[in-house]
Amino acid sequence: MKIIINGTETETLYRTAMQLHNALFSDTDVIVLNGYQISDDAELNENDQIYFGKKNVFPNMKELRMIMSARDSPFVHEKLKGATVGIAGLGGLGSNIAAMLARSGIGHLVIADFDTVEPTNLNRQNYYVNNIGMKKTDSTEEILFQINPFIEITKYFTKIDENNVFDIFGKCDVVCEAFDSPFAKAMLINALLEKCPKIMIISGSGMGGYEDSNLIKTKMRIKRLYVCGDEINEAAKGMGLMAPRVSICAGHMANAVIRILIGSMR
Amino acid sequence: MNTLKINGNDVNLVSPIMLADLLLMKNYNPEKIAIELNGKIVPKKEYRNVTIGNLDSLEIVSFVGGG
Repeated sequence: MKIIINGTETETLYRTAMQLHNALFSDTDVIVLNGYQISDDAELNENDQIYFGKKNVFPNMKELRMIMSARDSPFVHEKLKGATVGIAGLGGLGSNIAAMLARSGIGHLVIADFDTVEPTNLNRQNYYVNNIGMKKTDSTEEILFQINPFIEITKYFTKIDENNVFDIFGKCDVVCEAFDSPFAKAMLINALLEKCPKIMIISGSGMGGYEDSNLIKTKMRIKRLYVCGDEINEAAKGMGLMAPRVSICAGHMANAVIRILIGSMR
Repeated sequence: MNTLKINGNDVNLVSPIMLADLLLMKNYNPEKIAIELNGKIVPKKEYRNVTIGNLDSLEIVSFVGGG
């Protein structure tokens, strides 16, 4: 039977994960079978991918790459690795979406923002005190490389308008609209709908305050445009943006990206 | 009876109306929306050129602030 052990195609006679572990990898304590960490024994089948690793040992780059791809589900990994995803705006939505997509193994992110990190951002955006004063594009890049050193990042420290949308996001498979202003949201989405006929768009709309989490939905509102949010609760005086609902909305958007890329979005 | 549909809801028009006027009547800010008419995107610059009647189907996505 042919299986893939730690990234290498191998012929084996062992029929279960534990038999293989006990015979050849008894010094390891982490077993990941087809993207899922197991603790009980499991039968091995043709073309299975299995990874054996040690806890508390710092891996070298080659090992790290292998571990990270082993942790993703096969097939899913290939599709996400080959994808280019744009993120317009790196505030509460964008910074969190970027981190989730980097963790999920998206191969290439195109990130764009014109702002710098300030203390008022820290209540909901994926930045830290040591990022204050930095460009959000630079901070995000630094954080993403800490999460996934193998990701490719293209960054634009610029304000996005109708004229540069195509230059910035033209090669993306999916673009996440993660702006704050409703006017900027509408501008970007109309420009993408009109100028980039192959790009799928995901917009965040309605995640202010601390309303019910379950009001936040993912809906295909028009062809090629998915809207995530409750579509009602805007950020306003007395109902500012807070980490939980912004993160929930960012999670909806990141999951919509993954579902579109894998082809399971209805 | 055939009626205009806006986001799936029936709206009965007495006579055809320019899209820009319909938006005004329904309190939509044209700078905060995206529109699909009968399955096709309507570019913003066309809002004053497109006439809407009772056989049409409109999807109007209105964006709210925060992100």
